[in-house]
Amino acid sequence: MTESVPVLKHPMAKYIREDRQPWIYCSGCSVGIVTGMVARAIDNLGIDFSKVVVVSGIGCTGRTSGYFKTGTYYTTHGRAIAFAEGVKIANPELEVIVVSGDGDIAAIGGNHLIHACRRNIDMTIVCVNNFNYGMTGGQFGPTTEHLRYTQTSPPPIGNVEHSFNLVKLAASSGATFVARWTAVHVRRATKSIEKGIEKKGLSFIEIVGACPTAYGRMNRLGDGVAMHRHLLEVADIQNGLPPHEAELDYETRIVCGEFVDVEKPEYTAVLREAYKKLRG
Amino acid sequence: MPKRIMFTMGDIACAEGAISAGCRYFGGYPITPATEIAEWMARRMPEVGGAYVQYEDEIASITSVIGASWTGTKAMTATSGPGVSLMMEAVGLAVMTETPLVLVNIMRGGPSTGQPTRGQQGDVMQAKWGSHGDYQIIALTPASVQEMFDETIRAFNLSERYRVPVFLLADETVGHMRERLVIPDEKDIKLEYRKLPTVDPSEYLPFKPDDDLVPPMALLGTKYQFYATGLTHDERGYPSDKEEVQIELITRLNNKILKNADKIVEVEEFMLDDAEIAVIAYGTPSRSAKRAIKDVRQEGIRAGLLRLKTVWPFPERHVVDLATKVKQIIVAEQNLGQIYYMVKAAASPTPVHLMTKPAGMPQLPQEIVQMIREVHSS
Repeated sequence: MTESVPVLKHPMAKYIREDRQPWIYCSGCSVGIVTGMVARAIDNLGIDFSKVVVVSGIGCTGRTSGYFKTGTYYTTHGRAIAFAEGVKIANPELEVIVVSGDGDIAAIGGNHLIHACRRNIDMTIVCVNNFNYGMTGGQFGPTTEHLRYTQTSPPPIGNVEHSFNLVKLAASSGATFVARWTAVHVRRATKSIEKGIEKKGLSFIEIVGACPTAYGRMNRLGDGVAMHRHLLEVADIQNGLPPHEAELDYETRIVCGEFVDVEKPEYTAVLREAYKKLRG
Repeated sequence: MPKRIMFTMGDIACAEGAISAGCRYFGGYPITPATEIAEWMARRMPEVGGAYVQYEDEIASITSVIGASWTGTKAMTATSGPGVSLMMEAVGLAVMTETPLVLVNIMRGGPSTGQPTRGQQGDVMQAKWGSHGDYQIIALTPASVQEMFDETIRAFNLSERYRVPVFLLADETVGHMRERLVIPDEKDIKLEYRKLPTVDPSEYLPFKPDDDLVPPMALLGTKYQFYATGLTHDERGYPSDKEEVQIELITRLNNKILKNADKIVEVEEFMLDDAEIAVIAYGTPSRSAKRAIKDVRQEGIRAGLLRLKTVWPFPERHVVDLATKVKQIIVAEQNLGQIYYMVKAAASPTPVHLMTKPAGMPQLPQEIVQMIREVHSS
């Protein structure tokens, strides 16, 4: 009689397309951790997974949508939010989650981000900020800090530009739930993603992550473990802090927490109410 | 809704056509000379339980239309040249992910900002080749207010049947002219809807085509899970950098249009039976051509018109047939020659003459009369 060997299965595997393994992510990357956060948030809420739509744009984080075993769409660069808006407005019953990177969401898709926040359409945007364009080999982007090195901001000058603070950007654009965590704050970040999903409005959750392969190497920030350890060390949890004080300085202090949680009429709800009145 | 009669403009007829076709999502951005479509939709969509959404730009407009379409909602956008240029990225995405949608282009003078309030037919090649890569789309060219209605419905039907973005390519004159419009009783309007999967969800391959080369389309929020991507993908929808996957996919995306061209292409033949000279035109110039043909026939010149109601896929068979019957062909289009090159290639060795007019006013009937006379006497 042969003894069957028990195969350990990851508890979140039920949400994942296992036939697409292995992951595309480099070792030490944060995107896989964030994928886990999103899966756990969905699991904790116990929502009907078939009604969840995961959308992303181009980039390393953009590949996330393809791993989820539900209706998923990988848009052109920067357009995840625009696609998601069409989905949500056309079928408000769906739970729409956008998972994409800082370059995709804040550079080429920056216009869509601010206007989606302004409209307050019910969706959850999880933005992994790893400070550079990883997929193309590490170029500076809208979140790269001043004077940091990348393949297109090489030594000795470094990045001539200044970075966006995504929490401030989303909050001032009108998002009704805004949070920031790092990739090591798995439980807290997962909780915020859950709140974001439950929130009837636009939720923006930034996850500060590590890209040891490109950004870490160019700036001598160490390997994946060292970078994640650093994120834990410099994180300063300040729940409820006004969003305009949510500073992010990679070297010294990354303010984390939930900064905005306000109520504002949500786009599809306003439409639904207006139609009800119209029909008497 | 029972039959209605309106006296209205082409843009509004287009919007009404979309509503009759079942369109319940409009994503747009104001632009002359297509704004009336957006304005009409903003009023009408709430009445029919749909959504008019105004976006921050044309890129978001059409991308949101793709999103809406994947929920099973018939969706459209309407714009003009500068907006179409911005939308071209998403046209490629819609082609690659086989998303039904209708893109209305009320063509104005270009390039760039051009002449916003003046018509042109300068975007014919853009409609075909504007996004990168090898692909086929469908483009319809209405020539009257009634056709703005009828062809918009046909555009929706074709986009649903072949899972492809369909252009309604109307010149500004057609968009802004006012004529009688008959909206048929809704039970007399034939509507098509995309094929939905019928297999067990565990066996569903989202990009495995049927015999007509079109795969059944699962919708977001159903028991069918899928991954749709602008990346080259296999039948499972999974990205692949394999040469054979790329060849198989883009060959099919092209063939589902080209091999079904006879079911897509519509033309109008006008006084062609005994014609020696044929005019080929579409949109507003075709109206001038009809008048001109009646006039020259009074002079004993046997002329006729092949009016293209579909420019893409190009009505190659019709032009090849025509070229064997007539001695000369005149192409009259409101540009410096675009569909002319397609006609020339198909009609060879029959001589093809180009009559251009790259500005606001289309060729006038007497100008086409003059052209026919010149060709006749040569």
